[in-house]
Amino acid sequence: MKIHIKNGRLVDPANGIDAQQDVYIAAGRIAAVAAAPEGFVANRVIDAAGLVVCPGLIDLSARLREPGFEYKATLESEMAAAAAGGVTSLACPPDTDPPLDEPGLVEMLKHRARHPNFAHVYPVGALTLGLAGERLTEMAELHEAGCIAFGQANMPVVDTQVLMRALQYAATFDYPVWLQAQDPFLGKDGVAHDGEVATRLGLSGMPVSAETIAIATILQLARDTGVRVHLTRISSAAALEMIAAARSSGIAVTCDVSINHLHLSDQDIGYFNPHAHLVPPLRAGRDRDALRRGLADGTINALCSDHTPVDDDAKQVPFSEAEPGATGLELLLPLTLKWAAEMRLPLGTALARITTDSARILGLPAGTLTVGAAADVCVFDPHGSLRVTRDKLKSQGKNTPFLGMELPGRVRYTLLDGHVAYESRP
Amino acid sequence: MLPDAERLCADLAESMRQGLHPDTALVGIHTGGVWVAGRLHAALGLKTPLGSIDVSFYRDDFSRSGLHPQPKTSDIPFAVEDRPIVIVDDVLYTGRTIRAAMNEIFDYGRPSRIDLAVLIDRGGRELPVCPRWAAQTMQIEPGKSLQLERGETGVLTLRLIDA
Amino acid sequence: MRNPQLDKNGGLQHLLTIDGLPRDVLTAILDTAAPFTEVAEREVKKLPLLRGKSVFNLFFESSTRTRTTFEIAAKRLSADVINLNISTSSTSKGETLLDTVDNLCAMQADMFVVRHAASGAPFLIAQHLAAMGLDHIHVINAGDGRHAHPTQGLLDMYTIRHYKKNFGNLVVAVVGDVLHSRVARSQIHALTTLGVPEVRVIGPKTLIPTEVEKLGVRVFHDMRAGLKDVDVVMMLRLQNERMQGALLPSPQEFFKYYGLTADKLECARPDAIVMHPGPMNRGVEIDSAVADGPHAVILPQVTFGIAVRMAVMSMLAGA
Repeated sequence: MKIHIKNGRLVDPANGIDAQQDVYIAAGRIAAVAAAPEGFVANRVIDAAGLVVCPGLIDLSARLREPGFEYKATLESEMAAAAAGGVTSLACPPDTDPPLDEPGLVEMLKHRARHPNFAHVYPVGALTLGLAGERLTEMAELHEAGCIAFGQANMPVVDTQVLMRALQYAATFDYPVWLQAQDPFLGKDGVAHDGEVATRLGLSGMPVSAETIAIATILQLARDTGVRVHLTRISSAAALEMIAAARSSGIAVTCDVSINHLHLSDQDIGYFNPHAHLVPPLRAGRDRDALRRGLADGTINALCSDHTPVDDDAKQVPFSEAEPGATGLELLLPLTLKWAAEMRLPLGTALARITTDSARILGLPAGTLTVGAAADVCVFDPHGSLRVTRDKLKSQGKNTPFLGMELPGRVRYTLLDGHVAYESRP
Repeated sequence: MLPDAERLCADLAESMRQGLHPDTALVGIHTGGVWVAGRLHAALGLKTPLGSIDVSFYRDDFSRSGLHPQPKTSDIPFAVEDRPIVIVDDVLYTGRTIRAAMNEIFDYGRPSRIDLAVLIDRGGRELPVCPRWAAQTMQIEPGKSLQLERGETGVLTLRLIDA
Repeated sequence: MRNPQLDKNGGLQHLLTIDGLPRDVLTAILDTAAPFTEVAEREVKKLPLLRGKSVFNLFFESSTRTRTTFEIAAKRLSADVINLNISTSSTSKGETLLDTVDNLCAMQADMFVVRHAASGAPFLIAQHLAAMGLDHIHVINAGDGRHAHPTQGLLDMYTIRHYKKNFGNLVVAVVGDVLHSRVARSQIHALTTLGVPEVRVIGPKTLIPTEVEKLGVRVFHDMRAGLKDVDVVMMLRLQNERMQGALLPSPQEFFKYYGLTADKLECARPDAIVMHPGPMNRGVEIDSAVADGPHAVILPQVTFGIAVRMAVMSMLAGA
């Protein structure tokens, strides 16, 4: 299958390209950019006039809900959502049921994901057995089975001695560890940022210190163990400052933020909107503003969807009882574009945060349209828009605080290994 | 040309003077009926204190038009049981207000009898209600509302407005 | 986003919280409550306003006292009252809150009086009714989590107005466990909306919620300083489970520093009134000498509470 994408605006941040250039694909790889290879005859020509051609998006956190939560979502539904969102690679957290704590489960997931073949799936293995924070998993075996990193999803490691040993063990093999920073005690009951909104609504507050104390612990242990640590979904300005300081003192730490925290604050809880119940909680407006700047200047390395499809039954309950999380795979690109427009950022800078920069955290040579790279491509209409409705979302989860909003950008084609995984009419 | 309300009050008191039991109590219906009852109470020299009721809580159009804003407190400063009572209102029309007033009075006790005194009977009854005393009877077309008003000096006047 | 408790015309569709209600709506409720107080003195303490209507007391958290006052109010309005005490165990058997609501709607409910341990639960019900197009069914929040207890806030305002006539020149202190108190939140919103120029909250830092000053109150940790020259002292109930542990060391120490005694009450104005939403913990948040003393208006609060609830039910049912 040879594909010629012509007349498009090619944006490839890894190579610093933002220009009208054609892309030539053959044998699942990028065969050439700009000028056609000699004797290239396309089986299919995609006219991308007026469209942006960029690397397929890489999402650092997308729950596919298998195994164990098939009533919330399935691999089929969520990988279709990924393709519709222009996402070609995704990392999935280990909080399945059972958790991804043994190689068989990881192999099964990789095997199952190969069948719909709408996206490359990179499991994050459990750092501790059952995510219980007590015993280490067989990280080396899990790594061989395909885990690209180890983490705890939203589960804490309460015992810091266990945490330290887990980090030491991971550092032994130079496996990266991805952690969501939340103090298990300060974060125990809170369902909303501890501030005016939580006070007004009578919701248990989660203080910023729940995040910063956990980050302090993680950073100290990262310094001591030399592990490569990635902090997932940071939520506060204070966290951002700590990470910047740690990095300048030489600690190997990276971090990401979710699309929800990039755009929303605790004010968006409104009248107890359960879709705004997230982990970590949506914080104050000044925190959100700091995160937006931090992502722009690169202090925050990448943007992720933190895709968490939740069934209606688990959301149609009072706010504090609602299962946290929001669907996001299909919103990653529109919310990146919205952020870029509001921050007046060059398109290349913005797209880097969901392509080449996230690839670097995954440790993969993806997220670029360099000649020879896998032909994972996203072609989107920057002037189109997505109205977020239950009907439009391909994800089985219809839960998002952006429901009802009109967002910029519309994916037209998603190519995975040189095959069209998704296309929509103009 | 509408009749003079003060004149009607005096006429009404005169016509009621005969045949009132000494224990009779007057109960005015808010707001106009209370003013008229006040005039009657003074003119007739009744010793039972004057009562007043607001029938908002007993109106039969509640489920249609809701609670009237700012209802007044009903005040029945005497024992209702076995007492003759005269309900006083300014204008008698459909009879629904009188029905509501009787219902309310019965929630205070069982009176020995209830009579009705009004300044004007404007016709248009929708319930079997008949006043024992009416100072004047006149036909007024359904689209209009006849209202009793009290000026700054306390003088009562009648006014016809579009309903 | 429209306030879900108001209808398209700005009228009251549900009573869920005082936060965000316009001042004239609050005043209208208090004005309407006044004539209802007189009904209690009649031979027949019953009005026909809710005749033929079904009021469901939907209590997911037990509270004999609040349920009883709502029951009396509804019965005095001639409604059919059905009490449902739904323990959390029965809902954990699979039926959700909204399943329960749907079932009761199918039984021709006209009004739900909802008490729930989770903040926002009555909003969920109101939003569900709106989504189902059941605009004729009204919801009254009888206390949700830490969020709101609007009828308690209103009856407190009725009581204050009864004794102090105007709100415009008062200093009011809310004392005790503000953090966990839905009553305190409703009181604070009502007081600030009705124009009380100075609202204070008094308590130890463990019981004062974060950024509470953004609700328009001044925070005091010293009770005597906080009570200085106040016209109204509103005591809060301290739940048993908060008395010992990480929030407070002991009920004795709490009483010593934050319990209302005659001695501390002397800091307030001589004509100050003392209120409590009940049930009281004598000797923990309030001394018996004060609870039974000349400043206390705690029992009138209960009486006014029935009239206020009758007024709210009548205004909603007629809407």
